Formats: sequence, C-alpha cells, structure tokens
Amino acid sequence: MSLTDALDVRSGEDAHLVLQRATVLDPVAGIDAAHDLVIRDGKIAELASPGEAETDGAEVVEAEGLHAFPAFFDPHVHLRTPGHEHKEDVETGTRAAAAGGYCGILAMANTQPPVSTAADITALREQAHAGASVPVGFLATVTKGMKGEELTEMVELREAGAIGFSDDGLPITDAGVMRRALQYQHLCGGNIALHEEDPALSGDGAMHEGAVSAALGLAGVPSVSESTMVARDCALAGYERARIHVQHLSAAESVEVVRAAKAAGVQISAEASPHHLCLTDEEVRSLDPQRFKMNPPLREERDRQALIEGLRDGTIECIATDHAPHQPEEKDVPFEQAAMGVTGLETAFAALHTELVRPGVIDLALLVERMSGGAEPFDLERPSLAPGSEANVVLCDLGAEWTVGEDGYESRSANSWCAGKTLTGRVLMTVAAGQVAFRLRSFSLGVAA
Amino acid sequence: MKHLLSIEQLPREEIEAILDRAESFAEVARRDIKKVPALKGRTIASLFYESSTRTSSSFDLAAKRLSADLVSVKAAGSSVEKGESLKDTVATLSAYDPAAIVIRHPYAGAAQMVAGWTEAAVVNAGDGKHEHPSQALLDVYTLRRRLGSLDGVRIWIVGDVLHSRVARSNLIAFQRMGAEVTLCGPPTLIPRGIEELGCEVSYTLDGVEEAEVVYALRMQKERMSESFVPSLREYAAGFQIDTRRLSPHQLLMHPGPVNRGVELSGEAIDSPQSLITEQVAAGLVVRMAILYELLAGGEASANQGEGAGPTPIGTPA
Repeated sequence: MSLTDALDVRSGEDAHLVLQRATVLDPVAGIDAAHDLVIRDGKIAELASPGEAETDGAEVVEAEGLHAFPAFFDPHVHLRTPGHEHKEDVETGTRAAAAGGYCGILAMANTQPPVSTAADITALREQAHAGASVPVGFLATVTKGMKGEELTEMVELREAGAIGFSDDGLPITDAGVMRRALQYQHLCGGNIALHEEDPALSGDGAMHEGAVSAALGLAGVPSVSESTMVARDCALAGYERARIHVQHLSAAESVEVVRAAKAAGVQISAEASPHHLCLTDEEVRSLDPQRFKMNPPLREERDRQALIEGLRDGTIECIATDHAPHQPEEKDVPFEQAAMGVTGLETAFAALHTELVRPGVIDLALLVERMSGGAEPFDLERPSLAPGSEANVVLCDLGAEWTVGEDGYESRSANSWCAGKTLTGRVLMTVAAGQVAFRLRSFSLGVAA
Repeated sequence: MKHLLSIEQLPREEIEAILDRAESFAEVARRDIKKVPALKGRTIASLFYESSTRTSSSFDLAAKRLSADLVSVKAAGSSVEKGESLKDTVATLSAYDPAAIVIRHPYAGAAQMVAGWTEAAVVNAGDGKHEHPSQALLDVYTLRRRLGSLDGVRIWIVGDVLHSRVARSNLIAFQRMGAEVTLCGPPTLIPRGIEELGCEVSYTLDGVEEAEVVYALRMQKERMSESFVPSLREYAAGFQIDTRRLSPHQLLMHPGPVNRGVELSGEAIDSPQSLITEQVAAGLVVRMAILYELLAGGEASANQGEGAGPTPIGTPA
C-alpha cells in the first residue's frame, strides 16, 4: 500500500515544485544523475534533463549542487501520546520527522495507557488527520497493557487501522505467548516488531556489560540478553512460518543470528539505530545519561562494526531512530536513575552522513537505501523517485555544516544524542505524500517562474 | 584540584600531595589541642543519601578540626524523603554558599553531576558502585606509612568486587602508586572485563601467599538470595581470610564494617597484621587533607610571600 493509503496525515495542498538541476539519487530505482525533478498532483511527475523542465505555475527551487533522495521512512518512533504529551505528541513528533527528511513514520504503542484497543487506534488516527506533518502509522501492542500475558484483539485492531504490532519497550518474555501471537498473525496479518531482551539477563543493567561497565561500577546488560531472545524468536517464527521484525539490533551476536535465520528462510527483517551505528559504550565514561543512556545500550566497537556489516550485506534492511523523547527532569539525574532513550529524527541522516559516509565507511547510496528501508517490512511502499511514484522527496545540502541544538528542536524534547555535535549534511526541504512538510527557515527558494 | 570526584581522575602527584598533607595533620592529631584554624569561616555541607558511619563521621570531624562550619544533611528525615530531586537539594544547599559539598549517593556519577550544578568544591564520598576516592586515599596512606612505598608491592583484593566501589577506587589507586593488584573472588562477583584495568584476576585464593597485603571486601548477606553465591558458608569456606590463610609477613586490610566470620575470621581481625583500626584513624587525617587541599591548598601556594593564606599547619612536606 502507498503511504497515503495506509497512513494518516493532515490534509493540505499538493505541491507543484520543480527542483532544478538537483543531483537525484534513488539507488533502488536505479537513478543517479542531475535532473529537474518535477512534483505535481502528489506525484513525481517527471525527471527532466537539467534546466529543461516546464516551470509554468510551479515553485522553482534552484537545486544545483543539492541532492534529492527518496524521503526517509522510520518504523520506530515514540510519539508519547497518549499520556506523555509533555515529551512529544503527534504534531511535534511528525514535525521533527519532517525536519529530518522523513515522509513516514510508525509510532510505538508503549504509551500511557498502551495502545491496546481499536478505540485507541481510532483516536490516534484522528489526531494524525488533524495535525500530522508527515504520514504516520500506529502500531498496537501485542499483549494487553504490554503485560506479556494475553493477546490484544489483533483482528479488530487491524480493522481499525493498526499497521502492525509491538510491545516495544518491553520484551515478550513468555515464549508461549509469543508463539500464539505468531500463529494468530496468519489470521490478522501485520508484522510483529520485537524488542528483544531477556530481563533475567539484563537485571538492573544500565549500560552494556564489558570493560567500561566494570570500570564504572554500573550493572551491565550483556549482549546475550538480546541475542538469545532474537534466536528464540527466529526459531519460533520459522516454526510458525510467521513474520517478525527485530527492533534496534545492538549486539554482534544478534546480527549473526538474524543473518543465519534469513539464510534459513525465516521471514525476518531487522533495523539498527543511528546511535548504535555511530557510538560505543566508551561514551558512557562521561556518565551523561542525556545523550548516552538508552535501551538497548551502546555496545562495543566490534558490535558497531557488526551492525555496519549487517547494513552492507542486507542483514539489516533499515535504519530506525527509536526516537525517544524525554524531559530534562527525567535525564538530569544520575545515570542509573535516568530515563532510557534519545531523540533522533532530526539528526539521523546528518549524523550517519557525517560519521559513516564522509569517512568512507559506507556509500551514500547505501545510506539512502537503508534510510527508507523501514516501509516494506510493514507492507508499505518504499518511497521512490521513479516518475509516477507518490511524491516523497528529501532535498539535502551534503556540504552544509550545522551544530545540533543550536536553533532548538522541532521535537518537544531536547535529549538528542547529537546535542552540541557539528554535523555535515542538512535537510533543506521535505516533501511527504505530495505536500511540502518541511523547509529549513534559512533556505531561500527560487522565484516562481 | 577543584573537586575530588574519583581516583581515576587523580594523577599520582596529586595523590602524593594529599598524603603528604595528611602526614602533617597526623602530627596535629597527636597534640592536645587538635583543632586548627585553617578553614575558619568557611562552610562545608555534607549530604548523605546512604547510611554511613565511618565516612560521614570522619568527614564531619575533619571539617570541625579545620574550624569550618558544618551543615550535615541525611536523606532520611530530610526533604529528600519528600521527593526533592538531587539537583534541587543541591540548589538549596548552595544558597548557604558552602565552600565544599561532601556527597554520598547510591548512584554512579552523582558527585560529578553535583559538581556541574554548584560553585562549591565537591567531594565524592561514594557514588553507587563506582568510586570511593577518600577510602582509597586513606588506604594508600595507611600502607605508605607501614611500607614506605607501594612500588612493586603485591596486593590482593578479595571478595565481592562486583558490588564494591572500594574495590574499584583502590585498584586504581594502588596501581597508580606502583603496586601490582590481583582481584580475587568467585566468578559471579568479578565484573566481566575488569582485567582490562590492568589487574590480575583469580577465582580462588591459591597464590594469595605471594601477596604482601590482603585487602578483604565486605560480603553483603543479600548476595545469597540473588544467586551470586550459594551460601555464606560456602563463600567463607572458599574466600574467608583467617589466620591459617594469612601468613605472618602479610598485612590485612578491610574498609569496614566487617562481617565477622564471613569475609574475615575474628582471629584475623584481631591479629597484629590487621591494619583495620589504623585505617579508621587514617580516615580522619586524610579527609582533613582532602578538604584542606581543595579549599586552601591552591590558595596557600598562590599567596606565598604575601602571608595572606590560611595559617600553615604543621610542616607540610
């Protein structure tokens, strides 16, 4: 399904834009050249030769030296509503997404109360219709109240529009419950996104278990806390011929397990977050929970390298931010007491461009492909720049330097893991579902012809 | 030195400066009048979020011996119990304009955070399972007095390393002073990866006879229920330091309070090799030295020749 058919967004005017002389890159569609990219009636109308597109009635953007990519898709965002609107809501969260170049996001269900009934889904979809800057889809919990005991009414939830299911924030520890959910998926459809962690192994852990946790005296979360659960669920999904999406992979062992399961034919997809791809547990030596406390925790260099290798060989098909807003009072406390999670929507592309593409660790094309790889695992059309596709376009200046947080955030929360960093590469404009969802204030547009 | 937050951040020269200063206070402690006017008119606030006997009483007494005004806040019975955040409590205390805040907190990094919120010098009196720098300094002081130098000295730290801030601070301090450290305990109580700090790890007491110093850690009773050890009995059988395992040339240390009959036998505690009461005595003079170095040390040298600094006490080395 296209993003606009499946997801919800505020209705607005279709843009009529010509991105003149943009460097257009869509590796999946096989596009990598300078074009005039024409957006009209909600679609990519045309990729014309540079300077040749008809500009009558269109807003013309002089985009020479700028890059146009398929806009990004994030399957893992915490919008915090209902219950924690002081951290984020549909409006602020989707504005942050638009500013980060996203044309679609999926919101997690671990709200207060959790999104467990059709009425919850309906209410959220109405909010999205009223105020979402980019199309947003909602997941429902797998188990009632995220207690891990009884399944939600998954059929009714799907009928109400739940895109899929997740108890994200908590693992489903009971293998029997997990198995029933996978069996039931054959009836209700919808992917099941899994937060993989064995609480018996995580214990009171506040960071990755290793030399740094030993030195700091912080209880550690061992990598096997994640990988053993990933292995369990790969086995169950294989046995039930069901489909799972593994969230925020962090450990080298987990990447191995997913790779092996894919090779064995298990229907499994996986995501990694920008912070796990860019940082290691060495950062925690600062004991700064604002930027470096999250679950799963930042792990070691070997884990980071394994995640990068997973991105390269397709074991990990998408990058997901796990955007997790928190207010200062939840973060301005000692590390062990602080809330887990960091924001990421507004910085994901720039951070990965700065940390991985510019140093030559991965290609720009691979990053672009993985940034929108999160749609397909949830049966959504991957954003594309092929003419005729729904217009989901991000325009970036890959040379622009900016300091994160200097001009504030679109998100209601400021707990960005990139806070204070200078990044290279900036989103100038986002077109989502045919509408202009974001333009950088300082980015002046060309004059309409 | 602006704060004392960890041993990790303290170079050997600064450790030695504090120990040298402590030597001079030890001389004062032998006088009839044990009080000096060094910090007269300065305020020291102590903020204890965990129960403590030795550390809190010796910091309090150290402040008084230096003639400072002292405000002591214990979490129990204070606004902390009413849910006040650490940041707000520190803001409240800071309104008294203290020269130093001494803080004990159940979580790692608390002292470091406080240092970011106040103008006062901050002394970490224990933060979670992270560090306990004043304990490490008094232990190094005690050993230096007894042995002259720690260079090449072999020290075994025995017991529940996983849950011990003392183990972490002492490991670093002993190494920095030139000692070779072995951490010993059951594998469930040795943190994974600790050997990357450059120490040896042993899961049995085999070889402890090579050590000049045996430093036993407190074994908390609740560790059994969490499956770290099957029973205190089995723990004691494997790791208790008794007079049979301790040979006459070895020194015995413990941060206190001791569980008699668990990590140490009664005989070992009372043996002539035990430095435990010396450690407590050292606690006072070392904590005086810490407060002095933080609040007057820099000034004294900066104002040399003007005679404006606080009256020097004793004869600092």
